[in-house]
Amino acid sequence: MQISEDALKQAYRQMKTIRMFEERLHDEIMTGEIAGFTHLYAGQEAVAVGVCEHLDYNDTIASTHRGHGHCIAKGCDVRGMMLEIYGRADGICKGKGGSMHIADIEKGMLGANGIVGGGPPIVVGAALAAKLYGDGRLAVAFSGDGACNQGTTFEAMNLAVVTNAPAIFAFENNHYSEHTGVAYAVGSEDIASRAESFGMKAWRVDGCDFFKVYETMGEVVDHVRAGKGPAAVEFDTERFFGHFEGDPQNYRGEGEIARLRKERDCITIFREHAAKNKLVSKKDLDAIDKEVSDLIDKSVEESRAAAPPTAEDVLTDVYIDYI
Amino acid sequence: MAELMLREAILQTLFSEMERDENVVVLGEDIVGGMGTEGGPEAIGGIWGTSTGLYDRFGGDRVIDTPISESAIIGAAGGLGLTGKRPVAEIMFADFLGVCMDQIWNQMAKFRYMFGGKTECPAVVRMIYGAGLNAAAQHSQAPHGILTSMPGLKVVMPSTPADAKGLLTTAIRDQDPVIFLEHKALYAEKGEVPDGDYTIPFGHARLAHAGEDVTIVAAGLMVKFSIKAAQGLAEKGIGCDVIDLRTTSPLDEEAILDSVENTGRLVVVDESPPRCGLATDIVSLVTQKAYASLKAPPEMVTSPHTPVPFARELEKAYLPSPGKIADAVERTLAWK
Ligand SMILES: Cc1ncc(C[n+]2csc(CCOP(=O)(O)OP(=O)(O)O)c2C)c(N)n1
Ligand SMILES: [Mg+2]
Repeated sequence: MQISEDALKQAYRQMKTIRMFEERLHDEIMTGEIAGFTHLYAGQEAVAVGVCEHLDYNDTIASTHRGHGHCIAKGCDVRGMMLEIYGRADGICKGKGGSMHIADIEKGMLGANGIVGGGPPIVVGAALAAKLYGDGRLAVAFSGDGACNQGTTFEAMNLAVVTNAPAIFAFENNHYSEHTGVAYAVGSEDIASRAESFGMKAWRVDGCDFFKVYETMGEVVDHVRAGKGPAAVEFDTERFFGHFEGDPQNYRGEGEIARLRKERDCITIFREHAAKNKLVSKKDLDAIDKEVSDLIDKSVEESRAAAPPTAEDVLTDVYIDYI
Repeated sequence: MAELMLREAILQTLFSEMERDENVVVLGEDIVGGMGTEGGPEAIGGIWGTSTGLYDRFGGDRVIDTPISESAIIGAAGGLGLTGKRPVAEIMFADFLGVCMDQIWNQMAKFRYMFGGKTECPAVVRMIYGAGLNAAAQHSQAPHGILTSMPGLKVVMPSTPADAKGLLTTAIRDQDPVIFLEHKALYAEKGEVPDGDYTIPFGHARLAHAGEDVTIVAAGLMVKFSIKAAQGLAEKGIGCDVIDLRTTSPLDEEAILDSVENTGRLVVVDESPPRCGLATDIVSLVTQKAYASLKAPPEMVTSPHTPVPFARELEKAYLPSPGKIADAVERTLAWK
């Protein structure tokens, strides 16, 4: 599949933004300044970016509790996200939602979600709307391997099939749901075959290789935009941090994280592939690293200094109109 | 007596009840922690520390780690209960009630009545609830009001480690479905816990603080806040009864009414929003049955009619606090 140098740089910039955003949050959370539960997406960047680089402004996505990567990949404002996670009044959701509820409907980002399995049914609705708009737009539900066990996910898949809704079920199999292994929690051979059994076409791909993700998603998106019905993709991917920040991770194997970082890092894999095939120069990628690093530094600095919401803000935004 | 944290009291009770009765079975997400991983079962032992070691002691047939499937967890608890077992299911965050509502509301709660009194379903559903940890709108709610409104369920809200033990023991031995609500901000709370077999009957409130001027009614974490308010007020010479409901269904009406008949003033503290909830329920009870004793309109200290917000400043403003409770007490005293 052809991809221009500019598009590649953009994809790399997005992946790197997610990575630095998450690595930085990991450090900042240690300081105690950030409240609440935060689930980091580092390790899975190639999935969010490889999917979202195929999406247009009108396409929508729904995300999960591990949502920062999907938000960034769909174009949410990084600075606004950081402010939100710091619980500031100028955050993308005014400090009301926090890490688990970042949303930007204008950007087609229908929300991270604190409820595992909350997203897929919403995506079927967005896909049915897309069908009515009739302009080829589609909707993507990101779910984990754990979420594929939720009844809502099953119902959503079946509803999408019977209504021929232009929905994509993107399953990010990072091998864990919290502290439980996928081998224990998912009874079927794999997740893709489950989706197939609902009557949709499914793909399986290495989620740590941006180029493979991007190529596969090209086929998937063509299939769905052509009105051939919903589709599913199972991504084999890796979670670099704990389930949430503070997770002791003693369910992992000896040296597992070091091995994953060495062998399964999508950023390294991207750079190696780009160098080998002379797609983008190292110099250009290094320049992007610097640019992204500055953006993250600035976002954190600004978030630290920004004003929190006030007590009166609790009462606003419940309804548009009341009484 | 031993000094335990509330979470330890829960764990010990699960241990001793599983030891005592082989029909007791526990199930829930990640309660073993580590299933299907290199670290293996018990690598984590449950995210709340309320199930650590159960799997090693009682094995996988009685300590069932489930996939993320709340409807199936609660439905299975109902089925276990109907067929002679004593399930104790865990819902990791009470907010996930939204996912399994049918199995609680239409199934478990109604079996006995619909089947003409011919069935028993001795299931316990433990739910970890409440705000205070900046966990935002879908991980902080207190759904006791909704659950208390459902005929067929008993609803328990312990506020101390000793009560957690006594009430959970009663819940597990009870023949009806019981919802057992554990406040996440109380898990590290320490207190003396009686040794050996210890049960507390349902429908019997506890007088957590005594005074003559105002009656404060609360449950769960709000009891802690109310006691704190009462202690501060005592220094100013204002005496408060703090009634810890322990169970919201059944409700100890007598304890509430007796106290109000003595004080003539009522403050109800409730962590959930104000409409159709525990606070309105208690105020309604008192205005109907102790109207003549009231010297001032009852006060409600509740969260506002909004979802639970994320930011520290917002959540602080959202939740009742000892200060807000003390203000309400002073308002009832100032009323003319
Ligand atoms: C309905 C519901 N049940 C349980 C949880 C608690 N929980 C949050 S994330 C999670 C694991 C999700 O695993 P997976 O879908 O594989 O996503 P990952 O964390 O790996 O990204 C669980 C059990 C929840 N948030 N919502
Ligand atoms: Mg997972």
